[in-house]
Amino acid sequence: MNTERIKNLAMNDNGFIFDPSSGYSYSANELGIYILRLLNEGQSKEAIIAAIATEYEATPDNISSDIDHYFLMLESLDLLEL
Amino acid sequence: MSSYPSLAAYDINIAVSGLKTGDNPQPGVPVIRSLKTAGFAGKSIALVYDSMESGIYVEDLVDAAFLLPYPSAGADAFLNRIDQILQIMRIDVIIPTLDAEIMQYIRLEKELQKRGIKTFLPSEECFLLRDKTKLASYFPPMGISVPDTLLVSDIDNIPSGGGDYEYPLMVKGRYYEAFKAYNAIEAQQYFHSIVERWGLPIIFQKMVSGEEYNIVIVGDGEGGMLGMVAQKKLVITDKGKGFGGVVVKNVALEDFARRTIDALKWRGACELEVMMDSNGNCHLIEINPRFPAWVRLAEGAGQNQPALTVLGALGEPLKSLPEAKTGTMFIRHAEDIIADISQMGNLTVQSQIIKR
Amino acid sequence: MKKEYIAPNIERNYAGNLNKYGAKSVVRHIDNIDGVPVKELLGKYGSPLIVFSENTLRKRYRRLQDTMNMHYPHLQQAWSYKTNYLGAICSIYHQEGAWAEVVSGMEYDMARALGMPASQIIFNGPGKREHELQKAITEGAKLHIDHLDELYLIEKIAKKEEETPQVAIRVNMETGIHPAWSRFGFNYENGEAFRAIQRLLSGATMNLIGLHTHIGTFILDARAYYYAAKALLDLAQKVYEELGIAVEYIDLGGGFASQNTLLGSYTPGEFASPSLEQYAAAIGEAFNESPFAAQHKPMLILETGRALIDEAGSTLSTVLGKKNLPTGERAVILDAGVNTTITAWWYKLKVSPTRAFPGAYQNTVFYGPLCMNIDVIRAAVPFPDLHTGEAVVLSPTGAYNNTQWMQFIEYRPAIVLISESGNPELIRQRENLEDVIVREQIPNRLKDF
Repeated sequence: MNTERIKNLAMNDNGFIFDPSSGYSYSANELGIYILRLLNEGQSKEAIIAAIATEYEATPDNISSDIDHYFLMLESLDLLEL
Repeated sequence: MSSYPSLAAYDINIAVSGLKTGDNPQPGVPVIRSLKTAGFAGKSIALVYDSMESGIYVEDLVDAAFLLPYPSAGADAFLNRIDQILQIMRIDVIIPTLDAEIMQYIRLEKELQKRGIKTFLPSEECFLLRDKTKLASYFPPMGISVPDTLLVSDIDNIPSGGGDYEYPLMVKGRYYEAFKAYNAIEAQQYFHSIVERWGLPIIFQKMVSGEEYNIVIVGDGEGGMLGMVAQKKLVITDKGKGFGGVVVKNVALEDFARRTIDALKWRGACELEVMMDSNGNCHLIEINPRFPAWVRLAEGAGQNQPALTVLGALGEPLKSLPEAKTGTMFIRHAEDIIADISQMGNLTVQSQIIKR
Repeated sequence: MKKEYIAPNIERNYAGNLNKYGAKSVVRHIDNIDGVPVKELLGKYGSPLIVFSENTLRKRYRRLQDTMNMHYPHLQQAWSYKTNYLGAICSIYHQEGAWAEVVSGMEYDMARALGMPASQIIFNGPGKREHELQKAITEGAKLHIDHLDELYLIEKIAKKEEETPQVAIRVNMETGIHPAWSRFGFNYENGEAFRAIQRLLSGATMNLIGLHTHIGTFILDARAYYYAAKALLDLAQKVYEELGIAVEYIDLGGGFASQNTLLGSYTPGEFASPSLEQYAAAIGEAFNESPFAAQHKPMLILETGRALIDEAGSTLSTVLGKKNLPTGERAVILDAGVNTTITAWWYKLKVSPTRAFPGAYQNTVFYGPLCMNIDVIRAAVPFPDLHTGEAVVLSPTGAYNNTQWMQFIEYRPAIVLISESGNPELIRQRENLEDVIVREQIPNRLKDF
């Protein structure tokens, strides 16, 4: 998993994300931003799931499938190389 | 400059929509400018549908901007959003400036009044009569000429070109967009592209050759005009938009406008599009149910029509505006506004910007 | 306490997709129908579930009755069976005083089975069979004649049975709406309708008691009813003056729009559809201008269906799953599809969540459970993140869904009526295998395999 692009992103807590290298901007929800920050810190998928499960009301199974979706979205936006 | 109507004495907040001022400019920014000229010192609030509406970013123009759901989202979504906005900022008057939202404001007039929000708009019946789909059936029997019009709801019914409807014809959407089609094939393409955005029916209208005039009017709702400024376009863009114009005074045009408004009993702002043929006869092309983007020309000619509609909304007794000064002209000037992308970001994710 | 979980989401911004309301919900949730919690309904009767509000049904009926009577005080409503012919529903309208308006032999049988006297059944439609007409004539129903061959057939039956059928003529005319429904009835403008009446009277076998029209469906222009009523009243006057017969009623059919939003319309139904008051005013104007109405005070019949019942019906449905589409939109698969909710093909149905949602909205497409590409309940609308197993409410779905629904691959769901006191009552059981195959006969030779 290559997270180089994420390191470049300017994120604010409201969910607005700006990529100065491409000029694109993005809107993410709370959990979207949370995951980007964890990816930025170099956390693994498993660690991210565990972190979410401690903080949010959801089972790891549910989270895992949503995270897979989310990673695919990030990949299609060229923000992540899986 | 006349001192009537003045808004200086009113402690009110006014919300205006239509802040996009690009190649197809909306009327919101000029409306706010005219209000400020009339001494309006309360909060000006932008009601926007997109965080890229340019007027939001103009220095010292609006004090706050709020994203609204599109009118197609329905009454619930709209009122919910208005209630959210009212928790942050009082709104006393709304001046809607986009065709597609006027009906929403008319039907929800009472709901808005309950919330302390006033408007100055025509009755629903009156609004429907000026619908592009109705113009050709309502006005001609009242002695007001309208080019022959065909409503098409099915692609198979597009005029083939023979018979009564010969090309070129104007092909129009119910709310926006008008194209000149030179043949049935082009007409089909326009039909599809308009249906996609604005739905059925599609309006086919015969062309009238002559001089086009645009008239901005504030009606009193009883058949009279409180203000009227006619302009001849001087600069027309390749999309047919007037980017410059001059105030004209023409008895036939004025008489035509007077008869049209008398027939319609319009309340509030509207714009008439009129063609005058080579015999000097006027034909009504369209009635837009709101101010045009060039409404500052009216202010420049001595008729601050936006400020007058605010007084109308507030229920003040209204006086007629003085006669427009002929020869007043406008020329539209595009300029780049500089901002930080975080402003756009905040509006996008928080659906509001409070500047003041 | 842990935070509420909402699936992560990210979208690229571009001019044109920047209409978001951030953390603010503008979608109102519906967690009950007439005070009965959606959860309770689904728990008791299963999902999907069709729910009708008796309160709304009766209120809308009375509203039309009162509103119309303010403009012209001789209204008789006739319940349009094709809009919804569930026995309980029809019975509610009959309790309110509505006659029955049927368009087929099957519907005629339904009305009779419910106990409607034939004299209060209006038999419309272009395809009445001889045996159906025979039954309706001997029982004394009101027949609305669509074409000349039907007129001849009724004459033949009348002579054979020595009965005098009570009939009206269906008329079509120009009312300024498109498309004009010129395929039904006799044309007004070209004199066909008057000639048909002359022909009818010359046969001296039946009583002409009314004039009928049905100008179209989902009519968004209330003025069209003014023109329709005016045409029928002018025709009635001409028939009176020239043929000496004063008809007893003018039947303007149905066609009033509900608050639904047509798929092709940008404007939502609540801003596009005229109110009952607007329709009533248009009709009243024509009656109040008419010398025929002034002198004879004919009964006005309305066969309003959709505008009375659409808003009284909702479909409760459960999320079976969700996925992300390549377009960036979210797809939600519901257990109700176009099989139960066929009007999704005509309208932008309202989809409401059943609880309040915080958080951002994502464009969401709602699919039904059928393995067909056309099974779309609602094209993309901004919607909160639903979880599997959660319920949504589709509305309004009261009109046509219980008459045009399809058997296709599923059992049809249960239907519940919430009584005026807020008590849910089952009015149609969920189907089972027996219902689906009971009429089948498998030849013996095919039974071994």
